[in-house]
Formats: sequence, C-alpha cells, structure tokens
Amino acid sequence: MATPAPLMAMDAPANAPARPFVELDRVALRYPGSHGALALRDLNLRVGKGEFVAIVGPSGCGKSTLMKVVTGLWPASEGAVIVGGHEVSGPLKFVGMAFQNSVQLPWRTTLANVMLPLEIVEPHRRKLRRERKAYEARARELLATVGLAGSESRYPWQLSGGMQQRASLCRALIHQPNLLMLDEPFGALDAFTKEELWGVLQDLYLATRPTVILVTHDLREALYLADRVLVMSNRPGRIVHERHNPDPRPRDLDETFSADFTRIVAELRHHISQARREVSTDA
Amino acid sequence: MLEKMIPVGVVVAMFLLWELAVVAFAMPEFILPPPSKVFAAVWEWRVPILDNAGRTLYTTVVGFGLAIITGLLLGVILGSSGAIYRAVYPVLIGFNSVPKVAVVPILVIWFGIGTVPAIITAFLISFFPIVVNVSTGVATVEPEMLDVLRALGASKRDIILKVGIPRAMPYFFASLKIAITVAFVGSIIAETVASNKGIGHLMTVAASRFEVPLVFAGLLVTAVMGVAMYMVATFFERGMTGWATRGMDGVQAGL
Repeated sequence: MATPAPLMAMDAPANAPARPFVELDRVALRYPGSHGALALRDLNLRVGKGEFVAIVGPSGCGKSTLMKVVTGLWPASEGAVIVGGHEVSGPLKFVGMAFQNSVQLPWRTTLANVMLPLEIVEPHRRKLRRERKAYEARARELLATVGLAGSESRYPWQLSGGMQQRASLCRALIHQPNLLMLDEPFGALDAFTKEELWGVLQDLYLATRPTVILVTHDLREALYLADRVLVMSNRPGRIVHERHNPDPRPRDLDETFSADFTRIVAELRHHISQARREVSTDA
Repeated sequence: MLEKMIPVGVVVAMFLLWELAVVAFAMPEFILPPPSKVFAAVWEWRVPILDNAGRTLYTTVVGFGLAIITGLLLGVILGSSGAIYRAVYPVLIGFNSVPKVAVVPILVIWFGIGTVPAIITAFLISFFPIVVNVSTGVATVEPEMLDVLRALGASKRDIILKVGIPRAMPYFFASLKIAITVAFVGSIIAETVASNKGIGHLMTVAASRFEVPLVFAGLLVTAVMGVAMYMVATFFERGMTGWATRGMDGVQAGL
C-alpha cells in the first residue's frame, strides 16, 4: 500500500493501548429522509487514548459527518460507536470542539467566551460560582499560552481571525476535555497564521495530551500535527489508507519542508486523488 | 452637531412647505388647515388635548407592555422548537390578518366602552412583530455553536438562556420600534370606533363638528407621542445591545 519510508513507517505505535478510546465499528450513516444518501459506510476507526489523529480526504467525503457521529450529535445508522468504553447513544457531555468558523458570542468578552464551557460541563458548572477567581485565573493562563494575554476583555469583533481561532481553541480546552474534535480549525487563515497556530495547537496538545481528532484539507498540517493520518474515500466515506508519523514531539516546523516529509505529503495526496477518482458504486 | 440639527430642519421645512401650499392653492380651512392654525388649535384646546392624550398614552403603553411580555415569551417558545413554530405560526398569521377595526365592536360588547378595548387593540396589533422577531433571533443560532454546546452536554434550556435569548435581543429591540408605533394605531382605532375618551375620540368629535384644525391637532399630538416612544425604545436598545451596532459607534466616535 505504502512505500516504506525511513522517517515514518506504517506499523502501529509501540505504545498502543489495549483498548482504544474512540472505536467505530462498521459504522454507516444515512442522511435523514426516505432516500437519504449514505454519508459513511463500513467505517472502522480506532483512536488510542491520548493519540492525535488527522483525517483527510476529498471534499464532501463525510469528514464533518464523522465528527458528528463520534460526538453522538448524530446517531449512526448502522454499526457501533464506542467512546471511553461506553457505546454512544446521545451527545457526549465533555467534548471540546472547534470549527473553521470560530463562533464566539459577540456580547461576551474573550475571557467570558472562553469560560462558556465551564458554565455547562459538570462538575465545573456547580463549582463556578464559588471558585470563579480560580477558574478565571485558569482561563487567563490558557489565553496567555496561546498568545492572547491582554485581550481578555476585548470583544470577538476586536480580534483578528487568527486571534479568534486561538480563543476558540482555548474555549475547546478550558474544561480539560479528554476528547478534542477539530473540524478544519485553521481552514480560513492565511498560511503564516496557520503555521503559527500549528505550533500553538502542538503546545496545547503536549500540555494535557487529550485524544484529538483533527479534520483538515491541509496535508502538511495533518502530517505535522498527528500521530496518524487517515485518508477517507469518496462518499460514502470509509478509511482507505493510513500513515503513521512516529516523530517525537515537539516537532519542528522546518521539518515539514524536508524531502522525506514532502514525499509523504505527495504520497497522501496521491491516495486522495485516487479516492476522488473512485466512482462510488452505490450511495 | 450640525448633523443632529438636520432632522429638526427637515420638520421645520415640511411645516413651511405645508403652510405655503395652503396659501398658494387657497385651501379652505375645513379641507386642509395650515400648520399655523393647527398649532393655534393645539394651544386653544390644550386642556382637553392633554387630558385625552394622557388616556391614549396610558392605553397604548399598557397594551404595548402586555405585547412585550407576551411577545417575548411566545417568541422564545416558538423560536426554540421547530415543531411548536410550525404548529402555531399559521394561527398567528391568521390572527394578525384580521383587521383590528373589526375586532373593536366585539371587545366593546365583551368589556364595554372604556380603556379595556383600546388596551387590547393596542396589544393585538403590536405583539405580532415582537413574536416574529424574537423567534427568528432564537431560532437562528449558528449550527456550529449548537454543536459546541451540545457536545458539552448543554440542555435545551442552557442553549436558550446562554445563546438564544441574548442573540435575539437586537431583533427584539428592532421589533419594539415597529411595535410601539403600531400600538398607537391600535389604541386610536379603538378610540375612534367606540370610546368616551382619548385622542381618537377627540378627533371623531372634532370631525363631526367640522373643527378640522382640532382633528389635525390630534394627528400632530399622536405623531409627537409616537416619536417620543420610539426614542425611548432606541435609548434602551443602545444601552442593552451595543455589541450589535459596534461598527456605527466606532464611526461616530471617529475611531
């Protein structure tokens, strides 16, 4: 399937845990309606605890649908979705999410936006009133780590797109979730801001090591950030290829310009264009 | 400063044009009195005008207040549930399509001549725009925001309180500006059809006695009350949803 690479190989990581944290077994999803199209079919996915996985694929292949299925926002039509050892039967209650659209609430300051999950997720919700000072300090600290110190009392419209996306990452992480779902969080940013935020995300990941599923169009982004890059097929989507990146962290951005790295990106690219050409037999 | 004076200038110019037109076309007073006569009538009849305007303001504000409460509640309920929205909306449109003039006689049969029919008419005519606007604001929360909140375990109630209602506030205040002006339409219609007091009643009596300048005085006083209430609504809007008009504030502050 893949040509052996000296830098990154296809074999499973040595420290793979016994039971994956996220487990999708032959999952199918049909859009609602009498003849709704199949968005996902025969999708198998295993993500270990603390693993960083990136999902790439042709546009419209069901990557965002996969996010909804994993978080329980949409029930799978067939197959099993297991997260943290429990079968998912409704929306999960602890997942941090960030999207290309940073959706900050315009009437809240950056600090208040970041603290929104604390008003919802237990046990923080109960403790927030009494321990507001401590939580506020935590939020300020988190904002400082992404370079937003001093912007706490500014409103979303006073921040640039990149800054809003930093705040969005903070909001996804403030309650220290063990699962982080990112749907093209850097999709709308310019190349420089994007690369800067890759570093920010890597630092955030290293600080608490949540399980991360990142959906992206950017293959360099996928390979640079993830332990494993999964390629999805055309609709109905399933995983058709995977690629490990065993490089130790923190990774250096310069590496993404190395010959080996570029070759693997080209290889992933090849798999996606193959997936694009594949005419789905039924939908 | 000059910019703020322009609306005043427009009003003055309008009255001047009116005065000139009446003189130029030699309009009889009982068809179109000149504004000078209208102002004279306001002064001459100031005691009954104040008395009747007070009644109209009272019924309008009470009806409008009821419309705010009902409109907010119903708007939030309709906006937060697609099923309820689809179920109730046709009935609402039906109610709103009924001419309110036609309802007044029924209200008079039920409640007798007095303040109640005017209050109810003002309420009926002004709550619809509030319901429509508030429900739109609550119902159009960004899907990404819904995903973020639901994946955190937010209940429907959490989503409405934290996002739906705050985000509906600019819609709500925009609707208040429409609602307050139509509330006057409602109360004055009721007073015109059947009443013993109020600006509408005053104008009906004046018309029957061919006191045309007094009829116009009634219209003028109503317009002034409408503008005043509109300004009150704008004042509260500025204070409570400044975040929605930040672009304009920036321009005014010269940023």
